[in-house]
Amino acid sequence: MYVAVKGGERAIDAAHEWLSEERRGDRRLPAMSLNQIIEQLSLTVARVMAEGSLYDQELAALAIKQSRGDLIEAIFLMRAYRTTLPRFGYSNPIDTGKMSCIRRISATFKDAPGGQILGPTFDYTHRLLDFKLAAEGDDQLSDDEYDTLKVHHEVHEQSKEIPHITEFLNKDGLIQAEVESDTTPDDLTREPLELPASRALRLQALTRGDEGFVLGLAYSTQRGYARNHAFVGELRIGYCDVEMDIPELGFSIDIGEIQVTECETVNQFKGSKKEPPQFTRGYGLVFGQSERKAISMALVDRAMRWKELGEDFVGAPAQDEEFVLYHCDNIQATGFLEHIKLPHYVDFQSELELIRKIRKEALAHQEAAKSEDNQPLEAAE
Amino acid sequence: MTPLLQVNNIEKNYGARLGCKDVSFDLYPGEVMGIVGESGSGKSTLLNCLAGHLEPDTGEVLFNTRIEGMRDTLKMSEPERRMLARTDWAFVHQNARDGLRMGISAGGNMGERLMAVGDRHYGQIRTQATEWLEKVEISEERIDDRPSAFSGGMQQRLQIARNLITGPRLVFMDEPTGGLDVSVQARLLDLIRSLVRELGLSAIIVTHDLAVVRLLADRLMVMKSGHVVESGLTDQVLDDPQDAYTQLLVSSVLQV
Amino acid sequence: MSEYNFAYLDEQTKRMIRRAILKGLAIPGYQVPFASREMPMPYGWGTGGVQVSAACLMPEDVLKVIDQGADDTNNAVSIRKFFEKTANVETTAATSEATLIQTRHRIPEEDLTEDQILVYQVPIPEPLRFLEPRETETRKMHALEEYGLMYVKLYEDISQHGQIATSYSYPLKIEGRYVMDPSPIPKFDNPKMEMSAIQLFGAGREQRIYAVPPYTKAVSLDFEDYPFEAMKADGCCALCGADHTYLDEVIIDDDGGRMFVCSDTDYCESRRAAGHVGAQATPQNQEAAAS
Repeated sequence: MYVAVKGGERAIDAAHEWLSEERRGDRRLPAMSLNQIIEQLSLTVARVMAEGSLYDQELAALAIKQSRGDLIEAIFLMRAYRTTLPRFGYSNPIDTGKMSCIRRISATFKDAPGGQILGPTFDYTHRLLDFKLAAEGDDQLSDDEYDTLKVHHEVHEQSKEIPHITEFLNKDGLIQAEVESDTTPDDLTREPLELPASRALRLQALTRGDEGFVLGLAYSTQRGYARNHAFVGELRIGYCDVEMDIPELGFSIDIGEIQVTECETVNQFKGSKKEPPQFTRGYGLVFGQSERKAISMALVDRAMRWKELGEDFVGAPAQDEEFVLYHCDNIQATGFLEHIKLPHYVDFQSELELIRKIRKEALAHQEAAKSEDNQPLEAAE
Repeated sequence: MTPLLQVNNIEKNYGARLGCKDVSFDLYPGEVMGIVGESGSGKSTLLNCLAGHLEPDTGEVLFNTRIEGMRDTLKMSEPERRMLARTDWAFVHQNARDGLRMGISAGGNMGERLMAVGDRHYGQIRTQATEWLEKVEISEERIDDRPSAFSGGMQQRLQIARNLITGPRLVFMDEPTGGLDVSVQARLLDLIRSLVRELGLSAIIVTHDLAVVRLLADRLMVMKSGHVVESGLTDQVLDDPQDAYTQLLVSSVLQV
Repeated sequence: MSEYNFAYLDEQTKRMIRRAILKGLAIPGYQVPFASREMPMPYGWGTGGVQVSAACLMPEDVLKVIDQGADDTNNAVSIRKFFEKTANVETTAATSEATLIQTRHRIPEEDLTEDQILVYQVPIPEPLRFLEPRETETRKMHALEEYGLMYVKLYEDISQHGQIATSYSYPLKIEGRYVMDPSPIPKFDNPKMEMSAIQLFGAGREQRIYAVPPYTKAVSLDFEDYPFEAMKADGCCALCGADHTYLDEVIIDDDGGRMFVCSDTDYCESRRAAGHVGAQATPQNQEAAAS
């Protein structure tokens, strides 16, 4: 006896309950606090803020906790929350020239005003598992001890304004100047994406784009799919003030400080029918400390500028604005990918009917052909 | 008589490099114009400018349209130009792969142009496609095969059939016999000649092969370094070349 | 849920979506770009439909949500709960009682009326997408009404299979102009698209809204000599005996035994309530006792 499947509602509730138990794990262990996540998994927090397009460490930490560490799920939570927030207005552009840097390096100049600041980087670490970290030893400080050390704060305050490296090339006219413009850039989250997209829109899409996807594309340009000979002109990580004009006040005020990673690449360029030979640039800017993403972004940005610079379209994925912009968003990608888990039995049923019908006709056809072939033989028998 | 196509002062540069310059000519209905020159002479650039694939820097390409008479195709809107490209114009690429949909059957390739102008009867589309296969000497059994299963010569003949099935008034051909074996070339050339005569086609054919224009073209333009160095009736130019470069071109062929 | 606005979206966003809907209704079948918002459910789970529904819902509306024809499939339940929570509207499973019906993959069997809105969830709004992957190119093809390629696909189907081998998402030409993807409904439902209700289509991830106003011509593409044919499983519903409805095939035992039942569960139930009995059905009261 068949009874139509019922109880979807109960199944969903039970699944949610189970999920929440699994999220918490073994309850004999203490639960993670948001502060622990912010302080000890800060690069994860940075990624979730960057791709979630929302600078808020606490919310990012909460999203990471709630998503059991599934970062795309965490990014999704951030995005879904972000979209409900009212828009009071837009901040002024941040001035990365005034960034107080914790890291600043250039691969093109050995020494430059401001110097090379290595900062907290994995670059020259040996990738050996540090078993000391596995020991449960506690290096926790009391509030007083912390105040005396003030490590974090001092580094932060010591740094001063450092000029951009590419400015030096700019003075000699050796690098293509970026056109200054005061037009308000389009907002990817408020307007539907229409192509061709402005560079501002492309950069917005890239900075929100999936780190792995953007990395893969950037890597493909290095391996010859629209190679653009990039050097890291400058990579800087640090804190920038965010200012906003308040019409009621008639001037702008500081509304906070954010950490960003900025990368400017210097790219070889032989010149084209539109442009004389000079260096060109790619640009990357990402929330938080995320140099892999910032460098990748700059390479892909440069690859997509082929039209503006009069280069050839060689058919490489990274050059293809439509391909990149339509596929770099991991929330869109994962949603559409995973939706094939949803029931499709109506479509499947119609496919089933069609295949049965076509098969029946094809088999009847074969049968007919066979009996035709067999005719003389049968006659002989 | 009004020309079908009137070309005035076409110039195209690639940065500092000259593509072609100062090209003007008229093409009359039923006439076949050959453009010859070695590679890099600007003949393909010119053809692409005429057919709307490239935008020339200066000049006009006037076409005698059915409804509005002479129109500068360079100033047409994209919808108009696309409409022209799928009705009155046709373009035969040197590489058949550029002019065919390789993943679609021979019949579908020919049918596409018919369906694009509104044919909605499968049987009739099929009949026309079969007729055209016969015209280009491809067995009608191959109608449901994909072009990727065809030889180079067959692909080229299929491309020609796909182009001519809607009865275009002007056909652009870019090295239609290039890249094929000599024996295959001869057969294809023969086919194009009979189609041109039979259908009274107007065509512009770009080639480096003087044998092709000798057989097909009524008139000839010889190009070198982006300029037209000599033009006239085909026989006249080939039998009594005036320009030194044309003389060289003709003599080098004769030596072969 | 007082921290959220009525029907979740803020009023500004709703206005933006309503503008897109009105534009869609003014140009039947044309895909209107809109700034789709991130919703608290994943793309692919009906975010487009949910946004369109949210923009249309009024407090006095009665909402029905179906997925695969059924009110009780997981995702239908989840979307219905979402609107119960955020809009506090009355919900129903009865097609005739609903003023707004959000659907995935089916059109209800019962004729809809002028007082109803049918909202479709759309995964890929572009009927030309699998022939031409580029959005820039397909938009141009629509603008110039270049639909030759669409017919090439139908031609290829006939030449290979003897018939048009598209069984769902079967494209239609709307009011003689735009070729439109009806979302993945079975082609059995295509003829119903000329209806009295307003039909709205929302594709969240692809940021498109389109519409078919009431009494608009919606013609399934075909050839004169290979006319469009609606198709369903050959059989009757085992529960209500209907032979004119779209049927789901259900495997009932380990030997691969199967039966057919109506995909539209509400329609099936109301038929059974009216006394129709299929070959394998027990009368309603007994079944209730068993479950």
